[in-house]
Amino acid sequence: MLKRPAFYIDTTSCTGCKTCMIACIDKHDLPHGVHFRRVSEYTGGAWMKTKENSYEQTVFSYYLSIACNHCKEPVCVTSCPTTAMHKDANGIVSVDHTKCVGCRYCEWACPYSAPQFNPELGMMTKCDFCRDELEKGLPPACVAACPTRALHYGEYEELGAKFGTAQLIAPLPDPSITKPSLVVKPGRNTQPAGSKNGRISNPEEV
Amino acid sequence: MSNEKSDPLQQNGGLTRREVLKWSAVLGGTACMSGGGLFYGFTKKAYAQSRPEEKTVWATCNVNCGSRCPIRAHVRDGHLVRIETDSTGDNDFKTHEIRACLRGRSTRRWISSPERLKYPMKRVGKRGEGKFQRISWEEALDTVASELRRIIDTHGNESVYCHYATGVLGGTVSRRETFYRLMNILGGYLNYYGSYSTAQITAALPYTYGKRNGNHLTDMVNSKLVVFFGNNPAATRMSGGGTVYDLVHARKQKDVKVIVIDPRYTDTAATCADEWIPIRPGTDAALVSALAHVIITEGMAEEEFLSKYCVGYDDTTMPDGIPTGNTYKDYILGTGPDKTEKTPEWAEKITGIPADRISTLGREIGSTKPCYISQGWGPQRQAGGEQTARSICMLPILTGNVGISGGNTGDREGSYGIPFPRMPTGKNPVSTSIPVFTWTKAIDDAGSMTDLTDGIKGKKRLETPIKFLWNYAGNTLINQHSDCHKTAEILQDDSKCEMIVVLDNYMTASAKFADILLPCCTSLEEEDIIRQGYAVEMAYMVASKQAIKPFFESRSFFDIVAGLAKRLGVEQEFTLGMNRSQWVEHMYQKCREIKPDLPPTFKDAQKIGLIKWGRPDKPKVAFKDFRNDPETHPLKTPSGKIEIFSKRLWEIGKTWKLPQGDLITALPEYHPTWEGAEDEKTKQKYPLQLFGNHYKQRTHSSYGNVDWLQDIARQEVWINPLDADERGIKHGDMVRVFNDRGETQITAKVTPRIMPGVTALPQGAWFKPDAKGIDKGGCVNVLTSHHPSPLAKGNPQHTNLVQVAKL
Repeated sequence: MLKRPAFYIDTTSCTGCKTCMIACIDKHDLPHGVHFRRVSEYTGGAWMKTKENSYEQTVFSYYLSIACNHCKEPVCVTSCPTTAMHKDANGIVSVDHTKCVGCRYCEWACPYSAPQFNPELGMMTKCDFCRDELEKGLPPACVAACPTRALHYGEYEELGAKFGTAQLIAPLPDPSITKPSLVVKPGRNTQPAGSKNGRISNPEEV
Repeated sequence: MSNEKSDPLQQNGGLTRREVLKWSAVLGGTACMSGGGLFYGFTKKAYAQSRPEEKTVWATCNVNCGSRCPIRAHVRDGHLVRIETDSTGDNDFKTHEIRACLRGRSTRRWISSPERLKYPMKRVGKRGEGKFQRISWEEALDTVASELRRIIDTHGNESVYCHYATGVLGGTVSRRETFYRLMNILGGYLNYYGSYSTAQITAALPYTYGKRNGNHLTDMVNSKLVVFFGNNPAATRMSGGGTVYDLVHARKQKDVKVIVIDPRYTDTAATCADEWIPIRPGTDAALVSALAHVIITEGMAEEEFLSKYCVGYDDTTMPDGIPTGNTYKDYILGTGPDKTEKTPEWAEKITGIPADRISTLGREIGSTKPCYISQGWGPQRQAGGEQTARSICMLPILTGNVGISGGNTGDREGSYGIPFPRMPTGKNPVSTSIPVFTWTKAIDDAGSMTDLTDGIKGKKRLETPIKFLWNYAGNTLINQHSDCHKTAEILQDDSKCEMIVVLDNYMTASAKFADILLPCCTSLEEEDIIRQGYAVEMAYMVASKQAIKPFFESRSFFDIVAGLAKRLGVEQEFTLGMNRSQWVEHMYQKCREIKPDLPPTFKDAQKIGLIKWGRPDKPKVAFKDFRNDPETHPLKTPSGKIEIFSKRLWEIGKTWKLPQGDLITALPEYHPTWEGAEDEKTKQKYPLQLFGNHYKQRTHSSYGNVDWLQDIARQEVWINPLDADERGIKHGDMVRVFNDRGETQITAKVTPRIMPGVTALPQGAWFKPDAKGIDKGGCVNVLTSHHPSPLAKGNPQHTNLVQVAKL
């Protein structure tokens, strides 16, 4: 098992197809509205009409697929009143369903929307890095599913050394808040964190 | 039965998902797979402990997406608990994993949808009302057989039509050919030519090149510039074994500049475009003409190539008997009949692209070699689509990029695969063929259709109207065909088309028009031989197994057709004494004739499941032999060369009888069309262009009833913020999209990713008309037109003008 498992997203390969979302939903039989992985569309830009009835534009768009970042300093854990939310020796953050009371504080606290309330259970649920697959030496469902191989996983330190530590990427929050185990390869269109150039354009889908 | 027209649950006997799953559990045990199944954590552990071992079975997703993804069906107690895909190893690009997309991954949810057909049904009430009564298979097959017999005896074999349908393309025995086989034994059936995907480009490009042909997309690693006209692999080739992965992989090998020309900032643009050039739908030929102007006037045209390999560029290579002023150069420079110079300024007003950008693009294309230019199939699916398709090819022709590595013909990227055999159909005694799109006229007004007015082939005039309509695995009866209301009207008259048989898995909009409705097995409920898709660069086969027993009374397609053969007295001739399983083995042995390295029997092959042969060492270069030696490898055109000016089209343009405004020209030209970007008259009332792009939620209308997919990829009409603001529309508002042909109501996606003046409503959403006929499903075809394109008589489904208003 990994010491600090991390996801690596290559945004130059991500088409926003959302196969990762469905692979996860299928594996976990998630009910409507519960998304362990969420693909956001971040879009911006403006249009200007010329006097010749043609157009200039500055449009850009890209997708970002985020599940749980199994943060080094998970704020969901510190906000949990029952200790249900915990980080284990393998770095995976998960919910103990013998303790969770469904107060949803973790949902408020997490800047990535990772903890997802399951109305059928009455408790919080979330990405657990497909611990069962990792134990068999197999990749998480989302990673194995990605048609364009944009999604990978591995040891955080190794991925960071190989691909860089760019995390100040819109629409992600400041990584210093929770220290996410996430490595992102920015693309041509990637905007810096805090940018006002664009916005999440598919809030109803994530 | 209730009167609810739009509620599929009511028509289907009030079937809920829980009932579907409970029923399937009866087959294999007491396991209950409901929404409250597997959860993370404590619950899951307990669940897993009480479960016996799973079995994993190779199956496939068989829809019309261009690829063909293997899926691994995990089965427990007789039903599906999880879908995975090819995970046989991804280190070698030659035999990389063929990873199913989100649609294939939702198979488990799809096949247990509430709309699943349970048993044979016959219509009660009017056609299209969707009111059915359950009948036995005996009665169903008796009825179909006797009606087929009666109609053939009364009206002849040309009155039988096998509708264009692509819901199931993957299998061998469960594929359309099995019914063609029966029909050919019975005397034949009316043919169609063309397809809803490619009618215009397939009709037009052979006049330029002799046939359709494109370099493999992976050839772009040898290019210095890539230009996509309306080519969107991220939405139209989504398989992880298909073109989108080829594209992403190629970009990793070489960071070649990619320009995407499209009315929308597509997902392909988001992934790999260095530049997006927004263009008004239907105006690509105008853009190309202006680019040609820049290339020609600035001395970048490859005169030697044009002289050696082409006909019609200038006076030196024109065919005999054509008056002066009709060369391509004349057309572009304004010395032709229209006296209009096709400058960037001229094109700016039409396309919406600034003139200086057109100029610099012309210089880029003219001076960068090799340049890979390709078009998707959106630009040609227009009222003037034939002109668009031939025009785009002019860019590689002018710049000498045809037949070289890193170049391309301008056609869509080419593909590779092993041509495993299809079910033997015999020869169709009927040679008459209609354009694939004009079947409603063949029902309604057949006698007026001739070779010169309506593109009838094999006969001068269509003498017999369509009386028997067979619709297997397709939704083009109503959902995917233009002008739903007009189509419904024609179908509803059962004195015209007297018998409609629909075979499907779900109660689709088309299924509601059946007289007899038959439930078929899905690809997970029967074994078959499945080969690679038609738009991939890798050869493979899946010897699939039956993963789960057929739901309810679903039957295999072969068994259904064999049942008809028996009743029609041709059982032995049709089956050759073999049952379905024996036919699978029989066809497998025919596959072994092509690939002797396949395992000895189909059962042996099933033990392996997915068998790959990989991809060729080098990407294909279209017309490479012609480019190397045009004398010994001429094209299949009358001159043997690239025909920029086609004398055949010159003749056709003069002899065919076309409606006012429709044009067929010898050169690739731009002409404004009805409801096009320049139709100022119609724009008074309906100012916005509309087209129906392909979209990840579905493959056409397949998977259109899966709630998982509807949840995460919503059906929405795309509208630019400038247009939305004018109408007081905010993102997420319910809006009406309407024109004279109908109205649909759907949520609005207000986004800068589409041009002002243009809207897009993804095609394939299920038609759900309310009591007033207003569609609530977001089905674009309530708005599209029956007016066929001039040469192909093809579907102009992207040429529409509409208005959008807040609901």
